[in-house]
Amino acid sequence: MSTPFLSIRDLRVHFGTEDGVVKAVDGLSFDLEKGRTLGIVGESGSGKSVTNLAVLGLHDPRNTKLDGEILLDGKELITASEREMEQLRGNKMSMIFQDALASLSPYHTIGAQIGETYRKHTGASKRVARARAIEMLRRVGIPQPDMRVDDYPHQFSGGMRQRAMIAMALVCDPELLIADEPTTALDVTVQAQIMDLLKDLQQEFGTAIIFITHDLGVIADIADDVLVMYGGRCVEKGTKQEVLRTPEHPYTLGLLGSMPSLDGPVDVPLSPIPGAPPSLLNPPSGCRFHPRCTFAEKVPGDLCSTEQPALKLTDGRGSACHLTPEQKRELFADYATARTN
Amino acid sequence: MSSTTPLLDVAGLTKHFPVKGGFPIRRTIGAVQAVDGLDFQVAEGESLGLVGESGCGKSTTGRLITRLLEPTAGKISYRGQDITHAGRKDLAPIRSEIQMIFQDPYASLNPRQTVGKIISGPMEINNIKPEGGREKRVRELLEIVGLNPEHYNRFPHEFSGGQRQRIGVARALALEPKLIVADEPVSALDVSIQAQVVNLLQQLQRDLGIAFVFIAHDLAVVRHFSQRVAVMYLGKIVEIADRDDLYGNPRHPYTRALLSAVPEATADETPARERIRLVGDVPSPISPPSGCRFRTRCWKATDKCASEAPPLVQVEGNKPGHLTACHYPETADTVPSPHLTKDPEAAA
Repeated sequence: MSTPFLSIRDLRVHFGTEDGVVKAVDGLSFDLEKGRTLGIVGESGSGKSVTNLAVLGLHDPRNTKLDGEILLDGKELITASEREMEQLRGNKMSMIFQDALASLSPYHTIGAQIGETYRKHTGASKRVARARAIEMLRRVGIPQPDMRVDDYPHQFSGGMRQRAMIAMALVCDPELLIADEPTTALDVTVQAQIMDLLKDLQQEFGTAIIFITHDLGVIADIADDVLVMYGGRCVEKGTKQEVLRTPEHPYTLGLLGSMPSLDGPVDVPLSPIPGAPPSLLNPPSGCRFHPRCTFAEKVPGDLCSTEQPALKLTDGRGSACHLTPEQKRELFADYATARTN
Repeated sequence: MSSTTPLLDVAGLTKHFPVKGGFPIRRTIGAVQAVDGLDFQVAEGESLGLVGESGCGKSTTGRLITRLLEPTAGKISYRGQDITHAGRKDLAPIRSEIQMIFQDPYASLNPRQTVGKIISGPMEINNIKPEGGREKRVRELLEIVGLNPEHYNRFPHEFSGGQRQRIGVARALALEPKLIVADEPVSALDVSIQAQVVNLLQQLQRDLGIAFVFIAHDLAVVRHFSQRVAVMYLGKIVEIADRDDLYGNPRHPYTRALLSAVPEATADETPARERIRLVGDVPSPISPPSGCRFRTRCWKATDKCASEAPPLVQVEGNKPGHLTACHYPETADTVPSPHLTKDPEAAA
């Protein structure tokens, strides 16, 4: 096996707050190859955004404690200096945020903002940077890019702003692109446009993409591999087909059961997950999902509430759950038949 | 529609927001045509879903029905009574029958009031004294929406997002309404919590026979909750039909494009619907396109679409009650070619 492009080992991100230590990410490991898309799914507070801010070194060093290993192309990022990180950010790795309007400066033209990143990393002149900005806007499908390059963000529509931000993220041909809920604020027809754009660009440049979302439908559309996070930990991992067809963790099963579909039966109520996501200030003991898990009683003893299940992976596929594979086959069977119909 | 009077009857409902500008004298220089000539009915105990993208006027419609906004034109009848311009006094008894649930459970609850105070607020305003006292009724309501009645004296910040939305639902139920306008009631919630609230609303509709106007942008949620669905685009209804007809046999190109753009959580390589790539954005409601408002993004648009606005009618092949506003409605076997989609901005 070749060394993966991005490799994260036992990552822990802890924040010190007035009320105590928030364990936002608590022992997360994954690899990502070039040209692949990893979808990270989870609800608010599951640690999915924090993980990626840590990769980019955008956390606040005053109250954040990072532990573990983040290797980007063989380079350790956790111990890297701010100067080294600046070299990488926007150049080798970059990020697209959810709220494009808040992420763009209202006082500078779109062209200047795209060009700034380019000039910083290549030392190009203003003229060259401007030409590059126009080229990037054309690539992300903005009509009349040579005119629009001098517009300010407020003159762009929501979808166009998101495109402009993608242009900015890709201006230095990064090898790793982190997209944090890039389509959540957009309408479905525009969301479809943006996802097609990302897929096209990935095919062209072989970028590795981490796509963070809470929407399993979006995952099904764009991801190759899926990592499901709950309470700061990975609870299930596998290819998109494996996770969506034969989920192995009760939480993933619950997420799929919570989602109404466009084709399924309408007369049966949805099967929501009871309760609410855990507080990361004092998370539940043992398996963090056990207070909401409908299958916890099937596990002998109080294993679920006392012992944290390990993430058991074979060839990148597996889950962190105390249920035995036989139990899962039996208990999840109803779900499987419902999905195949 | 049957011969009985519908619970809510909306005809030609229009709302234009004036746009002011100019210096030194500010005057009206235009109008945002947020809602432009809506016709629909809601029967007793029925749920009508309103879907569409941002800016299509679905929230404005909700606020017009509840008379939080004054309509520019058109008529709203509640149980046959014209309430379009009814004054405070005439509205008072009706307001208690039409309630609203809001999108943001953080902004719609007063942080300085206890849950008990919030939920009993509508009863106080209307001077309703239920049997056994207001507190008893509030405890009942808390139980109905799945909260612990013991939480009567707690404040909103002690609850999670999903629980807060339940408090909002309890408040809407306090006056035993006949119609609830729910404006994106679940879109601010996490997926696993969304399903809890959708199930709760569905149960209320069934058990208490409350009619709903359910406003959402999520087509799957609307399908799950509504018996009838209206699709809006730029202030107009482009298609309205029973759930199964609308999702199974969409006739308007926009409905079709919208449905095809919804990503589905299946691992199948061949999607159930061919993805239609719409090009460009929704035009500005200040100067909407002439004729059919969807024509600038439609792959079938002709000169007729630019000159003549298509009426919302039962086009050939539609079941009764299935209305479509299109000159060239889709049929089941039309496969739209993505290459034919026009790019309005490139053409400009």
